[in-house]
Amino acid sequence: MLEYTSGLVPRQNPLPAKEESGFRARQYLICLWGVVWREGLRFLHQRERFISALVRPLVWLFIFAAGFRQVLGVSIIPPYETYVLYEVYIAPGLMAMIQLFNGMQSSLSMVYDREMGNMRTLLVSPFPRWFLLGAKLLAGVAVSVLQVYAFLFIAYFWEIEPPTKWGYLTVLPALALGGLMLGALGMLLSSLIKQLENFAGVMNFVIFPMFFASSALYPLWRVKESSPWLYYVCAANPFTHAVELIRFAFYQQIDWVSLLAVGGYTSVFLIGAIVAYDPARGMLMRKGG
Amino acid sequence: MTDALSIRHLSHSYGDRKALDDVSLAVAPGSFAVLLGLNGAGKSTIFSLVTRLYAAHDGEIEIFGANVMRSPGAALRRLGVVFQARTLDLELSLMQNLVYHAALHGIGPFEARRLGLDALKRAGLAERANDKTRTLSGGQMRRVEIARALLHGPKLLLLDEPTVGLDIKARADILAHVRGLVRDEGLGVLWTTHLIDEIADDDQVVILHKGKVLAAGRARDIEAGQNTPDIGAAFANLTTGAAAA
Repeated sequence: MLEYTSGLVPRQNPLPAKEESGFRARQYLICLWGVVWREGLRFLHQRERFISALVRPLVWLFIFAAGFRQVLGVSIIPPYETYVLYEVYIAPGLMAMIQLFNGMQSSLSMVYDREMGNMRTLLVSPFPRWFLLGAKLLAGVAVSVLQVYAFLFIAYFWEIEPPTKWGYLTVLPALALGGLMLGALGMLLSSLIKQLENFAGVMNFVIFPMFFASSALYPLWRVKESSPWLYYVCAANPFTHAVELIRFAFYQQIDWVSLLAVGGYTSVFLIGAIVAYDPARGMLMRKGG
Repeated sequence: MTDALSIRHLSHSYGDRKALDDVSLAVAPGSFAVLLGLNGAGKSTIFSLVTRLYAAHDGEIEIFGANVMRSPGAALRRLGVVFQARTLDLELSLMQNLVYHAALHGIGPFEARRLGLDALKRAGLAERANDKTRTLSGGQMRRVEIARALLHGPKLLLLDEPTVGLDIKARADILAHVRGLVRDEGLGVLWTTHLIDEIADDDQVVILHKGKVLAAGRARDIEAGQNTPDIGAAFANLTTGAAAA
């Protein structure tokens, strides 16, 4: 029966709450699997998303890089030991671009999910919220890594390949970390955006500035020559570090500065996103939606 | 007996606007309770607080004795929810939607398929298990959402205006289906609506208006208390009185 207690001493439940919230490790894995599996299925059903994710960097590679090959010479800088073609130079930047778009796209899908209600299905799960957001993030990273390898497969026929085949393996952790950082940034942004319409602005104000003010298209020493302050902006840009981490990893090397920077930015964005989605402190509450 | 849902002195504001003001109510196990109010009365806010989308800072919410803020895992695993907005993934099949939901409750895919098939049988949609959700009618989608909400075996089901946008037959269908679940499976149900004709004389009703509880009890008792022939007239009396005051 339903009991109305307005103005009265509230009825106290005689039984204490039975604590049954503890899930076993296997159940955490099932939950993680479920979130990744759903993201994979959605990805398979959205072929145009896959194709556009692939066409975008290929256009840059086949058209932009070919056109600018003569204009933008690249001197010998680590990790390269010889002069490299411009296409080879921008390939890591394009791999990171795939991940940047993917990170923003999954945050777009989170805003969409929230508006459509799907996000509520995720958030009403009894697993801890940090775990659910982490699972969502990992699912996005998995999809973005698949996209990058599809790009590398095509780029291989354009003679863009690591010095040895091991480069395809050593780039994987860099892609995972870079994907995590950009995905966490997207997640943080998704918590700050109230409505889907506002997202177009974020694409313009986040994706393009991040991409162009980075080492994706030109080495930073060239930027420094033309504008010292822009150089500092580029050097602080998280995307620059994702690009450099991938560039070095593709050549079986570790750029420690970028590794630390990407690790640091990932932590900050992730903590920000978890706080923002925390019902007690988050932005969702303040917005009432 | 521990209440399926217990809300005590719950208040909530969006900035300066008070959405809920000292709301208390309880739903006993195996009962059908209706939260009745116009749009903007605060029904969805209660939903958002119970499902922990927002934090309940002012007041207490317990699901079978588990506090939603202090033990969210224990509380949420006993709760099934059907949101007002459609939350099925239209691109996935019915079964894929159910398997995904089961995973969010730590249930593996094989067990999920077994439970999912049972749930779809009860919803009369077993033969559509592998169809894309997009191909279902509005009423069928609601039935799948109810099946999904019950997949992990909760004993409390919350439905936020589940019949909005459905035709008359589908509305009656969904209502009868949920009443059947209360009768046959002992579920506690909190059904929010602004549609008077969904309320039966024996239903427990809470009338919510501008964030405040104006009346609570059996529909027939509220009618008698207001000296009105039906709950619609009682609702009009109460809300007009509240506006005048």
